[in-house]
Amino acid sequence: MDLVFGMATGIIFGFLLQKGRVLRFEKQIGFLRLIDMTIIKFMLSAILVGMVGIYLCYDLGMIQLDVKSTVLGAQIIGGLMFGVGWAIFGFCPGTAAGALGEGRIHALWGIFGMLAGAALYAEAYPELSNTLLKWGVIGKVTLPELLQVNHWVVIGGFFFVIIAFFVWCEKKKL
Amino acid sequence: MSSNGGWNPYLAGVLVGILAVASVVVTTQVLGKGNYLGASTTFVRGAGLIEKQVAPEHVSQNEYFAKEKVKIDWQMMFVVGIFFGALLASLSDGSFRKEKIPPMWNERFPYGVWCRAAGAFGGGIIAIFGARLAGGCPSGHGLSGVMQLSLSGLIAMAGFMVGGIVIARAIYGGREYPWT
Repeated sequence: MDLVFGMATGIIFGFLLQKGRVLRFEKQIGFLRLIDMTIIKFMLSAILVGMVGIYLCYDLGMIQLDVKSTVLGAQIIGGLMFGVGWAIFGFCPGTAAGALGEGRIHALWGIFGMLAGAALYAEAYPELSNTLLKWGVIGKVTLPELLQVNHWVVIGGFFFVIIAFFVWCEKKKL
Repeated sequence: MSSNGGWNPYLAGVLVGILAVASVVVTTQVLGKGNYLGASTTFVRGAGLIEKQVAPEHVSQNEYFAKEKVKIDWQMMFVVGIFFGALLASLSDGSFRKEKIPPMWNERFPYGVWCRAAGAFGGGIIAIFGARLAGGCPSGHGLSGVMQLSLSGLIAMAGFMVGGIVIARAIYGGREYPWT
């Protein structure tokens, strides 16, 4: 049953990624060169709607949050490293599958690379789990918990900043 | 409609936001545990499934494969679904196009298909290693993490962008910054 849900959700997600035209190499790298903001408009719109929806359902007791643990060493070093690979390959794991779907065959090389990289990571994991993955462990925490304010205050702040960013993008025609 | 025949990115993004929330609500109701969108663990499971064909003992003894569980799961089907969804969408409006080298890459590295293959392969290795180290990719940390306001998601996303922007501008040449 969960496999059917996974497939259905993926098909809709892939459809929307393609229709939003965010699967193109030129759109991904265009953002990283800061000359085309299409993918970040797409992503931040999803996040704004998602924030409101997730916390509304959470407040109503319909769902649980599933927060990943914060480990500063892991997220800072891993995050920067991902960015480097993203700029070279041109896709992230989800968009690589989608790009292949719309005919960008070269995404396949990167998918092979990601499978190889994941195998390498599995070999490196015992070493990393004793070093980098122990640097700056903060645990499963959200921004409102950290700031000790109501989550709607934080969501309001994000709304203000992101909408201002959208207005700026349109003004600059990015 | 924008000039390239696609949908407005804000609209497509809003629909993805609704999908992300609906996925959590529906899977909580039906499966008992909410599934947040993510993609990078699938490459670990995929690598494990392939490795198992040649070295089953090695895989079963590996700590990381044991932690992430090598199996076909919700997320793997989700990633496969992305492929079919994009295929469907691109066929529906005629935007499907076989492409062996992206034009922007070709302009910078006009050395043919194998150069692009090597770049994509190497970049893919670095990207997934970083994503697994960080605990997620732009889906798991960027979308799912940030929409839950999680600290890990916000830090990882900042890292993705800083690393990516620095390297992309170094490779493709920096125009002036848009805010100048």
